[in-house]
Amino acid sequence: MTVSDPRTDIPKGARPKEQITTDPSKPAQRMRSGSLVLTLAPWVIASVVLAILPMVFTNNSALTIMNQMSITIVFALAYNMLLGQGGMLSFGHAVYAGVGGFACMHIMNMSDFFSTIPLVILPVFGGLFGMGLAMIVGAFSTRNAGTVFAMISLGVGELIAACSVIIVAFFGGEEGISGDRTYAQPFFGVEFLQQIEVYYLTAGWVVISAALMYLWSRTPVGRMANAVRDNPERAEFLGYSSRWVRFYSFVASGFFAGVSGGLFAINYEILTEENLNTASSGIILLVTFLGGVGFFFGPIIGAIAFTLLQTVLSLSTELWAFYAGVLFLSTVMFFPGGLAGLLMMHVPVFKLGKASTLIMPYLKTLLPAAIGLMGLAALVEMTFHYRHGATGDNEMTVFWTTFDSHTLMPWLVAGAVALIGLGIARATAPALKDAWNEANTAGGAS
Amino acid sequence: MDLILVNLIDGLVTGLLLFMLSAGLTLIFSMMGVLNFAHASFYMLGAYFAYQISLALGFWMGLLIAPLVVGVMGAGVERYGLRRVHQYGHVPELIFTFGLALLIEELVQFIWGKNQLPYAIPDALNFTAFAISGNSIPAYKIFMIFISISIFIGLLYVLTKTRVGMIIQAALSYPRTVEALGHNVPLIFMGVFGVGTALAGVAGVIAGPVLGTFPGMAFVLGSIVFVTIVIGGLGSLWGALIASLLIGWITTFAKSYNIEMENILTGLGISKPESLDDSIFRDFWSLTSPQIADILPYILMVLILIFRPAGLFGKRSS
Repeated sequence: MTVSDPRTDIPKGARPKEQITTDPSKPAQRMRSGSLVLTLAPWVIASVVLAILPMVFTNNSALTIMNQMSITIVFALAYNMLLGQGGMLSFGHAVYAGVGGFACMHIMNMSDFFSTIPLVILPVFGGLFGMGLAMIVGAFSTRNAGTVFAMISLGVGELIAACSVIIVAFFGGEEGISGDRTYAQPFFGVEFLQQIEVYYLTAGWVVISAALMYLWSRTPVGRMANAVRDNPERAEFLGYSSRWVRFYSFVASGFFAGVSGGLFAINYEILTEENLNTASSGIILLVTFLGGVGFFFGPIIGAIAFTLLQTVLSLSTELWAFYAGVLFLSTVMFFPGGLAGLLMMHVPVFKLGKASTLIMPYLKTLLPAAIGLMGLAALVEMTFHYRHGATGDNEMTVFWTTFDSHTLMPWLVAGAVALIGLGIARATAPALKDAWNEANTAGGAS
Repeated sequence: MDLILVNLIDGLVTGLLLFMLSAGLTLIFSMMGVLNFAHASFYMLGAYFAYQISLALGFWMGLLIAPLVVGVMGAGVERYGLRRVHQYGHVPELIFTFGLALLIEELVQFIWGKNQLPYAIPDALNFTAFAISGNSIPAYKIFMIFISISIFIGLLYVLTKTRVGMIIQAALSYPRTVEALGHNVPLIFMGVFGVGTALAGVAGVIAGPVLGTFPGMAFVLGSIVFVTIVIGGLGSLWGALIASLLIGWITTFAKSYNIEMENILTGLGISKPESLDDSIFRDFWSLTSPQIADILPYILMVLILIFRPAGLFGKRSS
């Protein structure tokens, strides 16, 4: 890492007072010097991982999950351009992805035009349509942030979702519209007949759009979006129009949402009203917030975790939406930083070299807590089975154990597991807190 | 003329029902500055609780007890949920209520299943009150109007004429000053939240038998309620009343009079294209008013937000 003199790195217009207090001997205050290797490393690693993944998980269902994950990543990152970086809460963002996807679908069905373009650039058209819609809506919705913006986004979202049933020519009514991606001009001989080819297309777009969104967040407009989020009044005094800054973020976010819609169209070859409705908008909010809005990579983690949760849990239980709701609500209440925030909390600990002191306290608290939660989940599942199971069908399987849900024994066992597990977790929590404080203190007796 | 009268009554019922929800929501908004996305979920809970109670104790006890239970739950949500999230700022608060709405819907499905419940109008009210030239008006509709209007008058009386109402109004505008005068402002907030959700519960109890008691009922009405208070002006009780009635009447009239876009367009002097099948405007030409009745409130809201962002009666723009 090249260490440059911090004093020359301070941008023009920075207050001289900061220049004086910047102490080169304290690394935390030094301006981040532009080390190309360090900046590029995560991107290179991510690309390599994306390229290798299909060789590790070769079956088709894994590919399907990874495709869905990639699409969600692009969408969640686009959403976070609004929520995390711009401080604008949108309840109707699925509309831009959906409209982008529908536009791509129509292009797919225009066989004359479609056969002259390679499939790989189709998402650009989706992005342009998403951007166009965002420009129209943003023209009046970005005047305010906060509640008013959220309400307009909800209203416009509901409006367009309702229109999808009425305007059959564009949205295809109830059954949606479908197309065939293979009619595109072959791209270096690849016709995208197989799922694996689609995967590499999607993965390529994930890297490209993530990189572009990251670069956007480093531009002056992206930086001003942060300023406007934190203090619009002060940004106005600095001579920036907070409305226009919000507008630019909104339009850029619309573009990338449209790209994700285009990827959806390529992957599934069908789009329906479901891609536009409020439920999809809600899910993307959930994904982004779960991952953490405070960091650029937060939505990526959220998309991966949520897709896994959705596919794995929905295979094993009918109640997965209920668990997702509980998880979401507890994230909002207890970890507003999301998963990324939780991860980043540990950076100072690692910097102090005390991460190893945390392992044992974590094990002592989190392991019983996890077991206790499993007990609770078993109780929930048993209650559900007891109430809604078919009459006569008393057998049920929870956590690889099959038993009769109408006898007392399993209830006692699950209740005891839940009580003991959570009890131990509660008893060891103070020790964990002490260990955490100790690990976050420099020096000390370790 | 007779049909107009019938529609006026139908629209009034819908509007007053909306008002019972939007009144609580708008009070909560002016108090905490946060839109409660879960408000309609409390309406749904009201209907479900009332159904459960009516199985054991009959409809009238359900009407009495269910709103109380819902109100207590609402107060609990404020005390242990929202107050905790409040420290993180407005956006997490909105997200919290949004997540709560999702969770309550899942919870209701978990307990009562996904099917519609057989929650029916009580026998005492299941008769025709009167008829307007062959269109019978059920007594239950009159009962709904009666309940909603008495709640509105009661709310207005409490808020403007009693000491408690004065303190609440003062706490909405100047919480710090009221706190300095020795009133327990957090308790007031909790109470207002509880009363607001209890009102939603009442709406659920009386609407459940008519509109159906099913897990999607919060979602169906929820977004319309937001639209209502945005049109009326956030935080304005009168605005909520006017907007509720407006939306109630607009949607009812749009549904019962089949106004076709074709007639409007030809009336404007635009000639109809020869074959509609390959025109991209074919859906536009075949549009009818019952088709768009449900999205009219959203169109109205977007227009209001563009041209008068504070709403019809709103004073401050946030």
